[in-house]
Amino acid sequence: MIMEEIKYNPEAVKPDPMVPAIYRVESFVNETADTFTVTLSPSGTTVADWVANQKQLDAAPGQFNMLYVFGMGEVPVSISAGADKNRLLTHTTRAVGAITKAMSVLNVGDMVGVRGPFGSSWPVAGAKGKDVVLVAGGIGLAPLRPVILALLARRSDFGRVVILYGARTPKDIIFSEDLKAWKKQPGVDLYITVDRGTKAWRGSVGVVTRLIPQIIFDPANTVAMLCGPEIMMHFTIDALQKRGLSGNSIYVSMERNMKCAVGLCGHCQFGQHFICKDGPVFTYDKIAGLLRKPEI
Amino acid sequence: MKTLELALAKHPFFYNFPEEYLRSIAGQAQIVEYKEGDILFNEGSDARKFYLIVKGKVALETYAPGKGAIVLQTVEDGEMLGWSWLVAPYKYRFGARVSHKTEMIVINGEELRRQCENDPRLGYELMKRMVHAITFRLEQTRLLVMDVYANRANKK
Ligand SMILES: Cc1cc2nc3c(=O)[nH]c(=O)nc-3n(C[C@H](O)[C@H](O)[C@H](O)COP(=O)(O)OP(=O)(O)OC[C@H]3O[C@@H](n4cnc5c(N)ncnc54)[C@H](O)[C@@H]3O)c2cc1C
Repeated sequence: MIMEEIKYNPEAVKPDPMVPAIYRVESFVNETADTFTVTLSPSGTTVADWVANQKQLDAAPGQFNMLYVFGMGEVPVSISAGADKNRLLTHTTRAVGAITKAMSVLNVGDMVGVRGPFGSSWPVAGAKGKDVVLVAGGIGLAPLRPVILALLARRSDFGRVVILYGARTPKDIIFSEDLKAWKKQPGVDLYITVDRGTKAWRGSVGVVTRLIPQIIFDPANTVAMLCGPEIMMHFTIDALQKRGLSGNSIYVSMERNMKCAVGLCGHCQFGQHFICKDGPVFTYDKIAGLLRKPEI
Repeated sequence: MKTLELALAKHPFFYNFPEEYLRSIAGQAQIVEYKEGDILFNEGSDARKFYLIVKGKVALETYAPGKGAIVLQTVEDGEMLGWSWLVAPYKYRFGARVSHKTEMIVINGEELRRQCENDPRLGYELMKRMVHAITFRLEQTRLLVMDVYANRANKK
């Protein structure tokens, strides 16, 4: 009965943001040799878990969770799809170090901890009626995928949708099935380019920024969203500004190591900002002075 | 303007280029459609032509023993290809193979070079655009060298 009361008044319980909720691995799919997507279902039993779960399942595109591999530690990972009626969290992660490698050997049925959702989100509502240019590099397509899915679900609300995706090699391309489907979708301009081709690759070879002079959008009425390595974003911003896009219409997702994710510990401090709570999504205007400063 | 002049004027490389020069360059140019697999030029061959891609895709290639053709980059809509006709010893540094049906404006590079020698104003205007295009290409190459998507965990 308590459960039902809480269901109607979730504000009555405030889960501790430092306590992970328990989730079960429902599926595990290898996207590439080092990148995988997991879906997670809530399996906590307390009222606080319930409330935390609902918040996590309601996470907005661009937000992230702290995923806890028990015995190893926690890492911030963005949601790579919104939860639908299946009530599953989706995260796509690249194995780069101790914790993400431990995550890469999870099996269906294993348990992980989840804290979140944290941080700012992509301006999906703010893009209504505008052209949208999305530029993803490498694993950066993962945090942008929920936006793409949201835009395509309400396609007529937006102007042109242009997606640019740069990967290292054809083998490093993630979400290949989604990319095929998006390419077929009317009203979507999708360009994929790789830094290094292979014999079988018939697509573009070159950096993602070179596509920007060619794409069609109205600079006075466009929102751009960028996610990828900082250097790639820097050159992309340059190219977009050359096309006449202003800094407050360019959104970037920043990464710094973090621990608490609630703006206390200072690990992710970026100038006067904390990436975990002021970001990870910022307008370029807000952080322009901080990018590419060796000391930041 | 005639068709070729219009095609040149519409190409980003010649954006706002003085009209009288476009007219004389159009006299040395033609619009050509290439099909997939066509070779535009081979590595080391005499560089006689300057290509402006209207629509399509061309792969710049080199060869490595045991590996065959390596695509260094593709050149696409609105981009230019081949500047070796302007730079001694006038040999193409890489090969170029059409990877998708491509429409191009092909300019007689040797003739254009002669025109530039005779008319430094044309030469300077063209050189500014060349430097701009080459700088853009150099910037891209630097980004590629940085290998920004590499998994740092795999690096020793
Ligand atoms: C807000 C936010 C959202 C993120 N979203 C995602 C996501 O959706 N998917 C995802 O895969 N990652 C994401 N990350 C990055 C992820 O958190 C890190 O890759 C992870 O913390 C690395 O932890 P580790 O213990 O496995 O590696 P560590 O042991 O901490 O690092 C091992 C090696 O990996 C390198 N490394 C560490 N972090 C990165 C990185 N970000 N990129 C490349 N190399 C790195 C280190 O330099 C080191 O050489 C996000 C980070 C932030 C801040």
